[in-house]
Amino acid sequence: MLEIKNLHARIAESGTEIIRGLNLTVKAGEVAAIMGPNGSGKSTLSYILAGREDYEVTEGDILYNGESILELEPSERAAKGIFLAFQYPVEIPGVATMQFLKVAINEQRKARGQEELKTPDFMRLVKEKAGELKIDPEMLKRPLNVGFSGGEKKRAEILQMKLLEPQLCVLDETDSGLDIDALKIVSDGVNALRSPDRAIVVITHYQRLLEHIVPDSVHVLYKGQVIRSGDKDLAAELEANGYADIIDAAA
Amino acid sequence: MNMQAKTQRTAAEQGLMDAFSALVSDLPGDATVTAKRDRLMADFGTTGLPSRRVESWHYTDLRTLLRAVPDHLPGETAAELDPILAGSEVLPLLGGGYVEPREIEGLTVGSFRDALMNGAATESLGALRDDDAIGRINGAFVMGGYTLALAPDAAPEKIVELQSVQNGGQAHGRFRVEAGSGSRATIIERHAGGETAGLTSSVTEIDVAEGADLVFIIVQERGLEDTHLAQLRARLAKDASLKLFVLNMGGKLVRQEVDVMVEGEGAHFDLRAINLLAGQSHTDLTLTLGHVVPHTTSQEIVRNVVLDRARGAFQGQIRVSREAQKTDAQMACNSLLLSDDGEFDAKPELEIFADDVICAHGATVIDLDPVHLFYLAARGVPEKIARALLIRGFVEELLDELDDEALTDALKARVEGWLDAHV
Repeated sequence: MLEIKNLHARIAESGTEIIRGLNLTVKAGEVAAIMGPNGSGKSTLSYILAGREDYEVTEGDILYNGESILELEPSERAAKGIFLAFQYPVEIPGVATMQFLKVAINEQRKARGQEELKTPDFMRLVKEKAGELKIDPEMLKRPLNVGFSGGEKKRAEILQMKLLEPQLCVLDETDSGLDIDALKIVSDGVNALRSPDRAIVVITHYQRLLEHIVPDSVHVLYKGQVIRSGDKDLAAELEANGYADIIDAAA
Repeated sequence: MNMQAKTQRTAAEQGLMDAFSALVSDLPGDATVTAKRDRLMADFGTTGLPSRRVESWHYTDLRTLLRAVPDHLPGETAAELDPILAGSEVLPLLGGGYVEPREIEGLTVGSFRDALMNGAATESLGALRDDDAIGRINGAFVMGGYTLALAPDAAPEKIVELQSVQNGGQAHGRFRVEAGSGSRATIIERHAGGETAGLTSSVTEIDVAEGADLVFIIVQERGLEDTHLAQLRARLAKDASLKLFVLNMGGKLVRQEVDVMVEGEGAHFDLRAINLLAGQSHTDLTLTLGHVVPHTTSQEIVRNVVLDRARGAFQGQIRVSREAQKTDAQMACNSLLLSDDGEFDAKPELEIFADDVICAHGATVIDLDPVHLFYLAARGVPEKIARALLIRGFVEELLDELDDEALTDALKARVEGWLDAHV
């Protein structure tokens, strides 16, 4: 489903290269974990997948379902089924969460040539999915992410993911700022989305999240490259020994 | 050689003087009112329209901007409109004409003409200050309007909508609102226009008595060719509260003045203003706010959206007199400048003579936040729609502060209508 080939990318403004020849393949149905020390390019990779224009791809390609997405606008990528759960969900004053959800769902439906959801159907859907994540409906009347706690923000991200039903989910440090109860709710939400025709990329610094969302593959990112890949045991090894051994072995 | 004592009258100044001569015998009022009108017009003859050399008109050079005035008679008068919120009590003022007194639940509704005839209006017909061109013009020309008196402790269930509708010509109206002690009400003052260029002046006098709580909402949707000169004067007694909302989303040349005196301890004044500017319009919101007793508070938030070649200005003057210790006054003016050819000037002005007060002001001019746009895009919202959503959020946030959800939604619908048509 996702094929990243020899990707090189830099910060558009400063020209600093962050991704330096990254290769990664994630198949449909797979849950892939990307781990790495701070500054290895994990978040940058997630932004590049979503299409943030602060980064410039200088070499290589990203194929999604066999097609390059590099020329697509962020909104077009989203409409094609790519979803990024942000590490720091953005607060947008004045835009009610409900209103935002409705616009997002219907814009994606329009882009795919589907009919817009009618308000009662939309309300029913949101109520159901929010209930599964133990989200208070009152929270959805508030402006998007404004005044939400860290846990509420992450749950709101997962709610969006459940509503938008993407094919490729990229979760950027979704565990940061979560207490153990919230971590459980969020992980359950993600696990419920596991399906043979969906791929999930979990970006995380710690192994903790991977105890709840058990990955099929684990990839270690360092200095903008995948330096080692393995199965879920690799995560446990990293937790026990740290990154140093693997980095030394790759050097 | 003779020096010319005075600059020549502009076409608009001459037009107003001619209009007055033509109208004066038909304008309502007793002999003192008529004498007062004559005096105001004589003053106008001396001062003329204010130019940018008059400090309070620096950003709105009325002398230059008002090129001509339309015919003095109310033009083809428009009909009453459906209220902004269905089920509201509508009090129409069509073409500045006569209105029938009536009684509605705790509220005595009179005609301003009667106030002109029985002496009740005489005192307030003057100008507030030398530079008060709007008070002067309206005082000279005022044709009609409403007086509203809320009985003590009255709390009418329905919203009252004062509706000034004018298509072309001239109309000069006045509203007076007396909120009795302990009363609570929501009143909308709505100005609608048509396609023909018109000139309107409007003065509103509000008295909020002890412990009364008034929500007053000005919705200005004059036509694209209209000139609208408006002034609101308010006084707040002990523990009184006035929440004033101003929505400017029409007119070609608009000045809305707000003059508030917080005169009673424990009183609170709020201003939430939304100025939506497009085309070649010019909109000016000018606030003068006086805190003259201890322990009073005020908060003003002004949000502006500027498109095309539109220009706008906000002048916010807060005066805290020496006696007014423990005043808390906060003012913010935020502008979303979405066009390289647009302009918005913000001029906050604090005059503080007391030493134990909290006063702050801030002004920002911003474009839409790229991080917000990216987040929305990452959820599949195309840029054009994301921009509209963010602009809406920027201004509509202020409307969420109304306690009445149905009214909030109705006002949001008008803002959205404007944005859909202009963004």
